[in-house]
Amino acid sequence: METSAVRQEGLRIWDNPSRIVPTLMFRTCNRLLVGATVGLAALVGGCASMDGASVSRLDLVKQRGELLCGVSGKIPGFSFLSAEGAYTGLDVDICRAMAAAFVGDAEKVQYRPLTAPERFTALRSGEIDLLSRNTTWTLSRDSAGGNGLSFGPVVFHDGQGLLVPEAAGIRSLKDLSGKAICVGSGTTTEQNLNDTFAAEGIPYTPIKYQDLNQVVGGYLQGRCAAMTSDRSQLASARSGFADPEKHVILADRLSKEPLAPAVVGGDQTMADAMTWVVLALIEAEERGITQANVNAMVEQAEADASQTALRRFLGIDGALGSKLGLPDDFVVQVIRATGNYGEIYDRHLGPATPVAIPRGANRLAENGGLMIAPPFT
Amino acid sequence: MRRRSLLLQVGVSVLLLAFLALLVNNLAVNLLRTGLGLDFGWLGRPSGFALAESALPYTPSDNYLWALTIGWLNSLKVIAAGLVLATLLGVAAGAARSSSNRLLRSLAGGYVAVIRQVPLLLQLLFWYFVAFLGLPETPIGDLIQLSNQGISLLGMPLSVEFCAVLTGLTVFTGASIAEIVRGGVNAVPRGQWEAFRSLGLSEGLGFRRIVLPQALPAILPALTSQYLNLAKNSTLAIAVGYADLYAVSDTTITQTGRAIEGFLLLLISFLLLNLLISGGMAGINATVLGRMRRSR
Repeated sequence: METSAVRQEGLRIWDNPSRIVPTLMFRTCNRLLVGATVGLAALVGGCASMDGASVSRLDLVKQRGELLCGVSGKIPGFSFLSAEGAYTGLDVDICRAMAAAFVGDAEKVQYRPLTAPERFTALRSGEIDLLSRNTTWTLSRDSAGGNGLSFGPVVFHDGQGLLVPEAAGIRSLKDLSGKAICVGSGTTTEQNLNDTFAAEGIPYTPIKYQDLNQVVGGYLQGRCAAMTSDRSQLASARSGFADPEKHVILADRLSKEPLAPAVVGGDQTMADAMTWVVLALIEAEERGITQANVNAMVEQAEADASQTALRRFLGIDGALGSKLGLPDDFVVQVIRATGNYGEIYDRHLGPATPVAIPRGANRLAENGGLMIAPPFT
Repeated sequence: MRRRSLLLQVGVSVLLLAFLALLVNNLAVNLLRTGLGLDFGWLGRPSGFALAESALPYTPSDNYLWALTIGWLNSLKVIAAGLVLATLLGVAAGAARSSSNRLLRSLAGGYVAVIRQVPLLLQLLFWYFVAFLGLPETPIGDLIQLSNQGISLLGMPLSVEFCAVLTGLTVFTGASIAEIVRGGVNAVPRGQWEAFRSLGLSEGLGFRRIVLPQALPAILPALTSQYLNLAKNSTLAIAVGYADLYAVSDTTITQTGRAIEGFLLLLISFLLLNLLISGGMAGINATVLGRMRRSR
C-alpha cells in the first residue's frame, strides 16, 4: 500500500518513473538510513541531468489516458455542476473536445475546479494539463517573462461590464463616482476597472472578494452600487437572481476580454494540439459539419476522391493529425463528441438557455463575427 | 537499544533533508523549465490597483512594495485589535465558566460549544453577509452609527469588512482562549478560593488578584499558539473583501505573474509577524514566571 502511494506521489512530482525506483527502498526501519542516502544521491544526481522540456505534456496525457482540465465550475453556461452532478458548459466542452482528440474519449476528463488566483499556479505546477476557465488572453500571461503560458484560439469574445440595480438610476460610469464597486480578486477585471476609472478621473472604492459568489453576495446585499465582471459572467450570474429583470448591464465596455484555453509555455506539441482542436470546431461550423451529420460526411468524403479539402480535414488524406501528434481522424472524434463550435455555443449560451448571450462577436467571420480558422492544409 | 534510537534519529533527519531537497529541486526545475529565475525588480513598479482602505496614504500610482506594506499594516491592524479583544472576551468567558453563577456558567459554556464546532470561514461569512451587510443602508444609532456602508465608532470610521473580520476572529479565538483560561484556573488548588473567601474578598476581586495570577503560568504557553492562530487565520479576510496582506499579494501575483516571489514575500511577512508575537509572548511569560519566583 505505502510503496504504491510513494510511487504515485513521485510520479506526479517528477513526471518520470525511472527516478522513483530508489525511493522504493525504504521498507524496514533498518534499511531506512541506506535508503534515504541512496534516495538523496539519486535526487542530487537527478538534478544534473534533468531537462524537463524534452517530454511533451501531450505524451503524458496519452500515457495517462485522461486529461486533467482546470475549470471554474461556478459560471453557468461556461462551467457549472449540473443537477446530475456532471460539469457542463462551453469551457467544459472545450475540455471534452481535447480529450476526444488526445485520448479518443471525451469522457476521459478529470475536472479541477479552480479559483482565479489558483489557476496559473495549478497549470505551471503540473496539477492540470490544460486550463479552460474563462481566462483572458493577455500579453503578460502569454509571455515568457510573465506567466509563461501558451494560449489557444479565442473560444469566446467577451468584454467587461458593470451590473447595477435598475432602480438606482445609474446610467453611465460618471454616476458611479465615489461609490463602492464589488469585484473579484486575482483577475484582469480588477485592473481594467482601475484603468478605466483612472483614465476618466472617477474616484471609487473597490470591494474585492476572492470569488464570484461572494461578489454577487456583496452586490445583492447592497454593499456595492455596482458589480463588475465579464459581461458573460454578469449575464450568467443575473440568470440566478430572484429578480433578474431588475438589474441592468451598463452600455459602457471596460475592456475586451478574449477568453481562450491555455497550456504551459515552451511545449509546442501540446500548444499546437490544443490550438488545432479549437480551430477544428470552428472549421467544422464553416463547413456545416455537425454532430448529427459527421458520419454521413465521412462516408461521402471517403466515396468521393474529388473532395480533397474535406478529405484532408476529416483525416482521410494528408495525415494532418500525425503532424500534431494526434490521430489522423481527430477532427471526426471531436465533432462526434461535442459537435462544432456553433452547436457548443447554442447548447450552453444560445437563446434557449437561461444564460442567453447573443452571439455577436462570436459569430463566424463569414456572418460578421470574429471566428475564423486558418486552412487545414 | 540506544544505538538503534540514534540510528532512527539520523535516518529521520536524512529523510527530512531529502524531502526538503526534493522540494527545492522541484522548484528549481520548474523555474528553469518555465525560463524564470527569481526576480524582485517588479516591486518598484506602480501597482495600478486601488485599495478599499489604507492606514497610510496610498494611490494606485504607488509601487507594489508600498501596496504590500499597506496590506501588511491592514493585517496588523485587525490582528492587533483581534488579540486584545479576543483576550478580553476569552478571559471573561473563561472566568464565567468557573463562576458559581449557574446562568453565567451555562451561557459561557454554550458560547464555547457553538463557536468551536463551526468552521471559522463560515463564521466570517455569517458575520459579514448576515450580521453586518444585513444592517440598513441609512445609519442607525448615535455614538455608534451602524449601517451596511460602514460603522462609525465615536466618530472613528470603520469599514464593515474590517468589523466583520475583527468580530469573526475575536469570537472564534475567544472561545479557545476561554477553554485555556478555564483549564488554567482549574489547575489552581481549590484551597486558594477558600482562602480568599475566608479573607472576605469578593468573587471578582479574588479571581483577579488571587486565582488568575497563579493560573497564568499554565495559561500563557497555550495562549501563544492561540495568538499565532489568530494571526494566521486573518488571511481568511479575503473571503469577506477586507484588503489584508493576503488579498493584496493575491492581486499582485496575478498582475505580475510572479507567484513564487509573491508567496515567498507572503511567507516571510507572516514569519516576521508571528516571530514578533511569539517573541513578545515569551517575554511576558519570562516576566510572569520571574515575578512568581520572587514572590515565593
